[in-house]
Amino acid sequence: MSQTLDPATPTAAAAATDVPKQKRPKSREGNIRTPAWLYGVMAAGLVLVVLPFVWMVVSSFKPESEVMSVPPTWWPESVTTENYSQLFSRMDFPTYFTNSAIIAVTVAAGNMVFCSMLGYALAKLEFPGKKIVFGLVLGTLMVPGVVTFIPLFVLTTNIGLANSLPGMILPFIAGPFGVFLMRQYILSLPDELIQAARVDGAGELRIFFSIILPLCWPALATLGVLTFLTSWNNFLWPLVIATSEEKYTLPVALALYAVGQNATKYGLLLAGSVVVVVPVLVVFLVLQRRIMQGVAMTGIK
Amino acid sequence: MSTTRTSPAPATTSPVSSPERGTPTRHVDPTRRQQAIAAWILALPFMALFLVFTAGPVLASLGMSFTDMRSTDMRNPFAVEFVGLQNYLDLLADPLFRKVTVNTALYLVLGVPLTMAVALATAVGLNRITRLKGFFRVSFYLPVVTSIVAVSVVWKFLLRDEGGLVNTVIGWFGVDGPGWLDSTTTALPTLVVMAVWRNFGTLMVIFLAALQTVPRELLEAAETDGASGWSRFRYITVPMLRPVLLFGAVITSIGYLQFFEEAFVMTKGGPLDATKSITFFTYDQWGYGNYAVGSAAAYLLFVAIMLLTWLQFRLLREKD
Repeated sequence: MSQTLDPATPTAAAAATDVPKQKRPKSREGNIRTPAWLYGVMAAGLVLVVLPFVWMVVSSFKPESEVMSVPPTWWPESVTTENYSQLFSRMDFPTYFTNSAIIAVTVAAGNMVFCSMLGYALAKLEFPGKKIVFGLVLGTLMVPGVVTFIPLFVLTTNIGLANSLPGMILPFIAGPFGVFLMRQYILSLPDELIQAARVDGAGELRIFFSIILPLCWPALATLGVLTFLTSWNNFLWPLVIATSEEKYTLPVALALYAVGQNATKYGLLLAGSVVVVVPVLVVFLVLQRRIMQGVAMTGIK
Repeated sequence: MSTTRTSPAPATTSPVSSPERGTPTRHVDPTRRQQAIAAWILALPFMALFLVFTAGPVLASLGMSFTDMRSTDMRNPFAVEFVGLQNYLDLLADPLFRKVTVNTALYLVLGVPLTMAVALATAVGLNRITRLKGFFRVSFYLPVVTSIVAVSVVWKFLLRDEGGLVNTVIGWFGVDGPGWLDSTTTALPTLVVMAVWRNFGTLMVIFLAALQTVPRELLEAAETDGASGWSRFRYITVPMLRPVLLFGAVITSIGYLQFFEEAFVMTKGGPLDATKSITFFTYDQWGYGNYAVGSAAAYLLFVAIMLLTWLQFRLLREKD
């Protein structure tokens, strides 16, 4: 049915969906109408929010002399990709990019696995020590990152993980936020499902892996994306632990370059910023609905 | 937090040890035991990593702050000596620490209300419009997902004294803009404005989701009764949003109390330490090898965050 290109079907479908579509705005507006000036205010806000990004991308294609020109040019007078090629010749951007990607993917995957496991135990199983575990996890949600960072530095250095990717991954691979998110989601799954599986003779672990986990995909995807983004943008810890250039992540390389002696090379810095920002923008735009839901979920509970 | 407990009633939560005591086993007990074993198998990987890399360091930091540990003692943590509250007393007497504390308070006092106001205003506006809502929402959220380091680089460039976009634009209106990041009076507020630009999106999404739970009928009924837009907002929307506003205030405060990245990239903490925060101070102490002092500073920040969170919960409850 879906393969036949019957001209009647689309029109019929369109007609069918048109009815509620035309009705909806009317009932939605009700007594409270949308004032036109509100769109003006929103558009002004949009310019303020997006302009820095547009400026960043446009300026990264200007030659160094034009980047610094007074007054600034809105559009490059001579377009050049010089800044981008320098990024790869003067700095080892492919390496930083790979490091960032490995760390972010591992951290996201780890959180998805470990947090869903504990989240299920806390949501649906009874076990001695449950209250202590939950209290401990919730308690550290509010602890600022800097509190742990000096002991963590001593620890990672002493176990030989300083200046290594595992040293950047392990402290973030099992975060309390994910447990909270997964627990909240699993709580909403019906208990009858688990009871029925028990009656059918499924073991407790089997219930988790073959029944609960597949149902968790929406929450797992949200958690995965959020932890990926946080990890990609993470700065303080990689800055502390990465001591040799081949272990830098993108933000660390960019920041050290920006505060270093080469800080006047603005064209290069802007091109670097584009490389840091654009991949996450793509991930975000593709998955934005999921992210928005996840963020809203953490606020509403 | 949700209180839906669908598991067996508390009356039956007998200690698991009952079978071992030789009492006649109840038919529920075997599954209880299985459940407990399964739960711990599921919990163990997380807890192991969490205890070593999160909970452990939190406690170690507290312990360290009462010692004289320096980077030179790192290979032998047991050689360090206990010095009691000395580090804390030294910090309170240190003019630089006082300055970074004042700076952190300024970040908080300027940043939190501004972020909350912008986020709430945007959310209310978005909630009122019917067209392009999703497009605006996504666009306003963009800065949140981008690297602070990258956007700091861009803003540093936009805020230049000569030829910066900000000064060029305000120059059209005859205003001669200063070097925003070069003066001790303007640097900190400028960083706050940038932080608001970057962070309001998260709160906006949370507020917007909460606004959609405010019943439309209530607002429409109020309008029929002649309530103005402002009083509808003030007497219906805000009270219904109170729990979410509290949550927003708490997470935003925690964020501003830990201010660091923007200052690191844009001003290096200068001019004259004018933009250094407590987190920046801890980072510096680590650099100098003063581990114990750095830990004590981090713990003072932790205590401040706890106090402030507690205070916000108290204040909002009293209003009821």
